[in-house]
Amino acid sequence: MSLQDKDRIFTNLYGYQPWTLAAARKRGDWDNTKAILAKGKDAIIEEIKASGLRGRGGAGFPTGLKWSFMPKEPNPARPSFLVINADESEPGSCKDREIIRHDPHKLIEGALVAGFAMGARAAYIYIRGEYIREAETLFAAVQEAYDAGLIGKNACKSGYDFDVFVHRGAGAYICGEETAMIESLEGKKGQPRLKPPFPAGAGLYGCPTTVNNVESIAVAPTILRRGAGWFSSFGRDNNKGTKLFQISGHVEKPCVVEEAMSIPFRELIEKHCGGIRGGWDNLLAVIPGGSSVPLVPGSMCPDMPMDFDGCKEAGSGLGTAAVIVMDKSTDIVRAISRLSHFYMHESCGQCTPCREGTGWMYRVMERLRTGDADVEEIDMLWNVTKQVEGHTICALGDAAAWPIQGLIRHFRPEIERRIADNVREAAE
Amino acid sequence: MADRHLEPDTPELRARWGSFAWTKENAAKAKDIIARYPAGRQRSAVMPLLDLAQRQVGAETNTQGWLPIPVMEFIARELDMPIIRVVEVATFYTMYNLVPVGRFHVQVCGTTPCMLRGSDDIMAACKKRGMRKGHTTDDGLWTLTEVECMGNCASAPMVQINDDNYEDLTPERLNAVLDALAAGKSPKAGTQEPGRHTVEPLGGPTTLKAMVKANHDYRGDWK
Repeated sequence: MSLQDKDRIFTNLYGYQPWTLAAARKRGDWDNTKAILAKGKDAIIEEIKASGLRGRGGAGFPTGLKWSFMPKEPNPARPSFLVINADESEPGSCKDREIIRHDPHKLIEGALVAGFAMGARAAYIYIRGEYIREAETLFAAVQEAYDAGLIGKNACKSGYDFDVFVHRGAGAYICGEETAMIESLEGKKGQPRLKPPFPAGAGLYGCPTTVNNVESIAVAPTILRRGAGWFSSFGRDNNKGTKLFQISGHVEKPCVVEEAMSIPFRELIEKHCGGIRGGWDNLLAVIPGGSSVPLVPGSMCPDMPMDFDGCKEAGSGLGTAAVIVMDKSTDIVRAISRLSHFYMHESCGQCTPCREGTGWMYRVMERLRTGDADVEEIDMLWNVTKQVEGHTICALGDAAAWPIQGLIRHFRPEIERRIADNVREAAE
Repeated sequence: MADRHLEPDTPELRARWGSFAWTKENAAKAKDIIARYPAGRQRSAVMPLLDLAQRQVGAETNTQGWLPIPVMEFIARELDMPIIRVVEVATFYTMYNLVPVGRFHVQVCGTTPCMLRGSDDIMAACKKRGMRKGHTTDDGLWTLTEVECMGNCASAPMVQINDDNYEDLTPERLNAVLDALAAGKSPKAGTQEPGRHTVEPLGGPTTLKAMVKANHDYRGDWK
């Protein structure tokens, strides 16, 4: 049975109603938050663990488990921090923006609940710089929450002191990586740190820190109100809950929509997006989880369950559930080459394989696009992606390699055809 | 990495910006910003202060604003940090303009989700009006930049112009927006698709229909 409106968490997703505290309260936010906190830290973490919630920022790490890594008894000289990752920059992803501009109080309430559960004294919400109007809304919503006594000293009359601060980025994709985000919050270039130490041991200002995605935090209060059993009643084992899907590209009606995890791809597209442009026979390929995951050929897509395991079985990943659909009018080599350009532009420059490799891969991709290359260079490119992958501090190198590997794996004949055509043109 | 360079440090630049200081209003804002971070960690405020400074330069020059070296030096003094640490940050993050820009900074998203929905046509429409990537038009009105994914993929293609996004564009809709801006008007931001509210499927939402007309509380249906 498909997800019903009563089980959707982000009821103001489309912003038909005001985001303000008064309106959010009528929708059920901040409803006796004190009682949630009264359950105690351990009970909250156990409930989130039992719900099966996995991080919504792309990697899918179990959220409750992540919270449990924080020190049980914070040292006053080294306070714990919650950092909320609102640096949504993965091409295809556009869900956190909707939460922030239309339902910011879900996020702020979630910050308090999560921060309390992990013993943090404050949360920093790191919002990407380009979300200018969204940040204005978020600043205003945080102020409303302070004015109403929901956060700050004695938050929600719980006796717990908790601050929420908003920090705006300034245009760097890499700051979505958790340690780069921490560096950026400290006023530096956003270049990732080596791990270990992990942020839960030494993060922001050297203090214990947990970094969570906006969606992971914003769903927490509803899970705690309705129970782990409710949340885990959606989706397959290991893939529980509801999820914001963002469908872009060649569908009739691109949109953002909350659905149950594990919904088959065809159902997602038919129900909410008006189908594939030109019909299902016109489907060329899908990138199911944002630009960092490999593409899936159209023929494999219709029955693919849209969850972590389903996308993985198709050789890809759910990522942020940013579904980029490409029909047969797409220049597939150019589509992937444009992503290579993105990674070249966004490499932070710290690790040589990524700094040099992303530019190198883009330049070869551009030659493959026009066919101005030798067939052997396809294998050379493949090898280079393997030399970048896994040899950098953060996953940006991997993210730059995987789309190209997906292209070569599934569309090698198309690349070879271009090379052959180019040879023929040159001979004529 | 993004290819960026600083405006040369000349005596003229020093003469124009050497005495840069906060306006009264921005001085208060700067104080509030620094208070967001723990004592002794004021360096964390470098990003928001650079943004504030860029906006003040913008207000003084009637442009989107940019960061001359003397202004970065001012920020370094405010936060008691070495100038090079400020320059590092200013050059790393692409939203800080390192050279003067025009009244309107037209940032066309060209990443794959926008490309699939026609960002080539949007870029062509900008060029047809005399804009050139990385340049400001002679009348000082437009600076054109191709930017990477702006997170508006479900309402692509889009441009961001100064503080506002214009989504679901066609060349005609873009021209209407640019004409309005040039005429000193404030065109409606967000989606330019008639009948679309935000990121619901065109033609009306397939979910949460009760929310369209009223602030519906679904808790009554919980059990």
